[in-house]
Amino acid sequence: MHIPDGVIGPGVSAAAGVAAAGGFGVAVSRARRYLTDRLVPMAALVTAFVFAAQMINFPVLPGMSGHLLGGVLASVLVGPWVGVLVVSIVLIIQALLFADGGLTALGLNIINMALIGAVGGYAVYRVAFRVAGLRLERVAVTAAISAFISVPMAAMGFVVEFALGGTIESLSIGAILIAMVTTHALIGIGEGVITFFVITAVVKARPDLVYGAPTFAGKRTEELAA
Amino acid sequence: MTSKSLVWFVGALLVTVLIAVVGSRYASSEPDGLEYVAERQGFADQAADHVLADSPLADYGDNLKTDPGLSTGIAGLVGVVVAIALGFGLFWLIRTPGDESSGSAP
Repeated sequence: MHIPDGVIGPGVSAAAGVAAAGGFGVAVSRARRYLTDRLVPMAALVTAFVFAAQMINFPVLPGMSGHLLGGVLASVLVGPWVGVLVVSIVLIIQALLFADGGLTALGLNIINMALIGAVGGYAVYRVAFRVAGLRLERVAVTAAISAFISVPMAAMGFVVEFALGGTIESLSIGAILIAMVTTHALIGIGEGVITFFVITAVVKARPDLVYGAPTFAGKRTEELAA
Repeated sequence: MTSKSLVWFVGALLVTVLIAVVGSRYASSEPDGLEYVAERQGFADQAADHVLADSPLADYGDNLKTDPGLSTGIAGLVGVVVAIALGFGLFWLIRTPGDESSGSAP
């Protein structure tokens, strides 16, 4: 879902850059409140894992692939604000080192995949986990459902940006909205499956390290049930 | 960090490296969801070439003159190392220090 240069005009791209920088700053200050020494290696590991997993495009439809976004995966493991930083670091590396995602579109991509993906996705997770009864054995399936929902949410972010600043104006925003949401709902199934297996493995081995689990041993900035 | 904890971290990192270096050669090269929609809805041509398209690791190693699987693997390894380094660096800088005792590893 990496937006290249040229699709969204310079005004909206620049505004998104400012907004993304602001969001990154908020994420740093919120992350500080719970990012303890023992969480640092986990957060770095999750960053590397999201990068690696994003390299694996899986087939979705004939002629179309998808890959993990990782927002919910990261936020359930290390919290929503560290999650924003994790996905942002991955996007910055991809844009600067691998020419994946436009440089002028970096702010747009951070908004869609890091801010909507991690913070928006974690908001879905919190509500869903409360509905699921806050039980440890339901962390992975709740994360999977939230991850599935987060992908079309991020896709809608693109549609809003395109409606505001798309460089070609004759197209139907409604048709683009329907196309983006349906294709990304399909990709979201893959997001959910990957998230399920990874969270299951970590919950089994290290339930103390999973921020979104009731067994988390560090501090959390909010109550899961609140 | 206890030794059991260290073993878990090393194992997880090894899995990550394997995904980036070996798994990546089996990745689909079909357009992703956004590219697919762009082609069908008529805005694919708006996309400009990436400013850094000629850099050595652009498109995950496409410019490296080696076997495609190998160059993708090299790109994956470099990416994982940079991600660990940047992640560890940023998170170490902004952490709340001195809370190692708040929960001991099992």
